[in-house]
Amino acid sequence: MKRQLSRRSFIAGATATSGLLLTGCTDPILPPTYGSLLGLGEALTFASHRLLLRNQPLAREFDRGSISKGFPAINTTFPEDELYRRLLRGQFADWRLPVGGKVARPMSLSLQDLKRFPARTQITQHNCEQGWSAIAEWTGVQLRRVLQHVQAAPDARYVVFRCVDGWWDSIDMFDALHPQTLLTYGMNGQELPVQHGAPIRLRVERQLGYKSLKYVSSIEVVDRLDHIEDGSGAMVVSYGYSWYAGI
Amino acid sequence: MASNKMNATPSGEQRHALTVRITHWLNAISFCTLVFSGYIILSAHPRLYWGDTGHFGAPSLFDLPLALNLDDSGWGRSLHFLAAWALVINGIVYLLWSVFTGHLRRRLLPTAEQLQPRHLADDILRHLRFEHAPDAAARYNVLQKIAYLLVIYLLFPLVLLTGLTMSPAVTAAHPWLFDLFGGRQSARTIHFFTACTLILFLVVHLGQVILIGFRSEVLAMITGKSTPRSTP
Repeated sequence: MKRQLSRRSFIAGATATSGLLLTGCTDPILPPTYGSLLGLGEALTFASHRLLLRNQPLAREFDRGSISKGFPAINTTFPEDELYRRLLRGQFADWRLPVGGKVARPMSLSLQDLKRFPARTQITQHNCEQGWSAIAEWTGVQLRRVLQHVQAAPDARYVVFRCVDGWWDSIDMFDALHPQTLLTYGMNGQELPVQHGAPIRLRVERQLGYKSLKYVSSIEVVDRLDHIEDGSGAMVVSYGYSWYAGI
Repeated sequence: MASNKMNATPSGEQRHALTVRITHWLNAISFCTLVFSGYIILSAHPRLYWGDTGHFGAPSLFDLPLALNLDDSGWGRSLHFLAAWALVINGIVYLLWSVFTGHLRRRLLPTAEQLQPRHLADDILRHLRFEHAPDAAARYNVLQKIAYLLVIYLLFPLVLLTGLTMSPAVTAAHPWLFDLFGGRQSARTIHFFTACTLILFLVVHLGQVILIGFRSEVLAMITGKSTPRSTP
């Protein structure tokens, strides 16, 4: 009984403290998953980057002459999913992207719907966690336009992406609303190739390449991540990678 | 001989301030962790390039003879940044302390006399003959001071800045880092060679410690005091 009481008061105290820390902040000051000692560095990095990027600067954009020849394609390069293969054969005419969760107008968008939004084209550097980097031109719709279109709830904090090949990940609104965060359908002036994530690849330019998911199949707006999949915020966390990859 | 000269320092005399000792060992732990985790990260792509980009299928500057390991860079990177934060915070404490207490001026900056060509030449010759200066324990010799200053004011800032140039978030806020180092892959290459130079310093540093007396030197860096030498 005594122990229960003290545990309860401890939890109450801890909740009050974290509430205090978050008061008045729209964006989180700590990453959602930083459980272990190893995550302490990530938490410090995340907090300092949020301060450093508070004016939302753009990642450097390059000229067309800088575009890399032979941009590597790694991990999934041709999804095995039957439905995906069928949609690919139909040039994704029947493909739909469900956008739901904490939004006023949940909807399923076709590739044509996404192309009807004003497009943004950017030539940026992709930085693979392995250590290599390559430059490509990406064309797509800003994620924030899609979030505005479906009227994402003002108190929503994260956007969760699920992919055809089973990958899933999430970013917070700070990155989701950034002007360079795109749902891309074009690469180097062509349709996005299959090995690079057709029909839609996410671009999160201020984080490592693994946050720029290929083969995006659904978007969910949420206010917390602990009830999504295993609660870690990203599939790659179970392989030892950080949820926040601004490094 | 050399060891007799060492005994010129009475045992029990204060050699290293408490702040120096604490920051020295925290730095040692952080640096070794950074070297280990840096090796793990590098093993995921042991090729070095020059310029903005570099990838398989593009020409490399060097292909390092490391076994490819794609499975450990996740926790390796987390460990690298945990150690980097420890090194940076510890380094800032040390730098502020050394400037404001005068440690930098009194102990690290060479004196005018030490910078005389004659003194420099003598010190180089002494090093080549593996001999110690008569006042070896009382103050750092001039080559030692130059080495420490280069490590503290050139190599550590360089390894930190080139490390930050690999961050897509930091370079969004500070794109001049790309221009300073000639691109992200150039920064990665400079980061590697700066780390190698720091490792080289560590090897020479440990060699000197062993040469002078491993036990007495390590004890001095723990207790802060000179100890009687085990061999007279």
